[in-house]
Amino acid sequence: MRRISHVTLGLLLVPIALSACRRETRRFREMAPAATATSVAQAVNLQPGPTYTVTQTNGPYQYNAYAISEGKMLYNQFNCVGCHSNGGGGMGPPLMDDKWIYGSDPASVFATIVEGRPNGMPSWRGRIPNYQVWRLVAYVRSMSGQSSKDASSGRDDHMFSRESEQRLDELKPKQASQPQLR
Amino acid sequence: MTQRLRSLVPLVAIAASGCVLGNESALNPGGPQSGRISTLAWYMFITAAIVWILVVIAVLYAARRGHRRDVADNSDEMNERLKKPVIIAASIAALVLVGTLVYSVSTGEALASLPRDKALRIEITGKQWWWLAEYADPVSGNQVITANEIHIPVGEPVQIVGTSPDVIHSFWVPGLTGKKDLVPGHATALWLQADKPGIYRGQCAEFCGHQHAKMGILVLAESRPQFEAWYKSQLQPAAPPSDSMSRAGEQVFMSKGCPLCHTVGGTRALGTIGPPLTHIGSSYTIAAGTLKNTRGNMAGWVVDPQRIKPGVRMPPNDLSGSELQALLSYLESLK
Repeated sequence: MRRISHVTLGLLLVPIALSACRRETRRFREMAPAATATSVAQAVNLQPGPTYTVTQTNGPYQYNAYAISEGKMLYNQFNCVGCHSNGGGGMGPPLMDDKWIYGSDPASVFATIVEGRPNGMPSWRGRIPNYQVWRLVAYVRSMSGQSSKDASSGRDDHMFSRESEQRLDELKPKQASQPQLR
Repeated sequence: MTQRLRSLVPLVAIAASGCVLGNESALNPGGPQSGRISTLAWYMFITAAIVWILVVIAVLYAARRGHRRDVADNSDEMNERLKKPVIIAASIAALVLVGTLVYSVSTGEALASLPRDKALRIEITGKQWWWLAEYADPVSGNQVITANEIHIPVGEPVQIVGTSPDVIHSFWVPGLTGKKDLVPGHATALWLQADKPGIYRGQCAEFCGHQHAKMGILVLAESRPQFEAWYKSQLQPAAPPSDSMSRAGEQVFMSKGCPLCHTVGGTRALGTIGPPLTHIGSSYTIAAGTLKNTRGNMAGWVVDPQRIKPGVRMPPNDLSGSELQALLSYLESLK
């Protein structure tokens, strides 16, 4: 009886161990560079030439702690901080609240970064490779608790006035409109 | 004779495989600091060898002589007999060890101080996985910023001040001086001096992540006039591309993601995440001492750096053949 309970316990631990593998996987080469798709999520269905469909995807990194940490680093290095600050917003809208102007799902955030948005968000198409954009997407979503807590990015080394990402509660995304220019 | 020659072949092959660009041996000192270190190392090696030989001789002698049956172990008589040889042996051991300690500490002291008021000062930042070097100069705008290759004048002391923005690295140029850790949020300093002109190769000596092994640095020691000419050329912004090919390459460079991370002096490219490329065409190596700077190596690096240094910050670049060729011409033109 006792042995059976040990076996059961062991079997229960297996999926936990496996999920940990996925959480910490580090994928250095995402795809052979020549095979990188240049297509991105589209905002509208209007397009020149023959119609092609763009697959809606959630990106590969929603549950990967390493990728979200990398996204956090890129967020600083590519100067997202310049407009969005560390999530609290400045020239650009805040990213750590529950208001989403252009959609909170990963494909929409991806489109926002790649296509740019009116009133200041530049288009990063062709400048940031797709896999790095997906890492940014995963990090940006984690700032309002949209990705799973156990996969959030590492703690900051310096002091912040806000809570670190692991401690944020998940906010329910709400549709918001563009802030009015005064 | 031929047999003997043939037996040398594998040895030569081993020696050749260790052949890298530049001197990277602490036993082949190129300056006063590394000279002291190698003398100390030889002193310790020879002392230890002599001690080892004496101990082996003593053990063999004791084994040959065998057990003495007339005196019981641990008896007062035996203890009395052993007293003298044990005291003598312990005194010799203590003398040798204290002597080595004194020699070692005084060498460390001598390494730490090579003070000169107007010495050249280079600020080194170890990053994952390359080196940023900034030459200090009191005149504003006279600071040369370079990466992975530093030039120093022969016969003059140079102060290296190091730090790190990410994890602990260690600056080690074995041919010139000992190691010094580069610690995040803290500046550490060491002195070095090259007495023989030449190329000295250095290496990160503190495990710092996936590509720790491919984090090399070259120190090029040259005469004062050569050094000054180099310094002057480094202060210049990048030469504007002269032919149509490199002009097209500049367009590729500016329209792709390159300027997000790299600086090319005198252009709109102002990124500071990766190494500056203002004079990349004249450097000996790329990817922090990993590859010789040839057109083919550069092509492989630009298109798929993750194959050469998995985990490196540089992403693969999706370029067409003509775009790549133009970009290579542009990078080559940045002398």
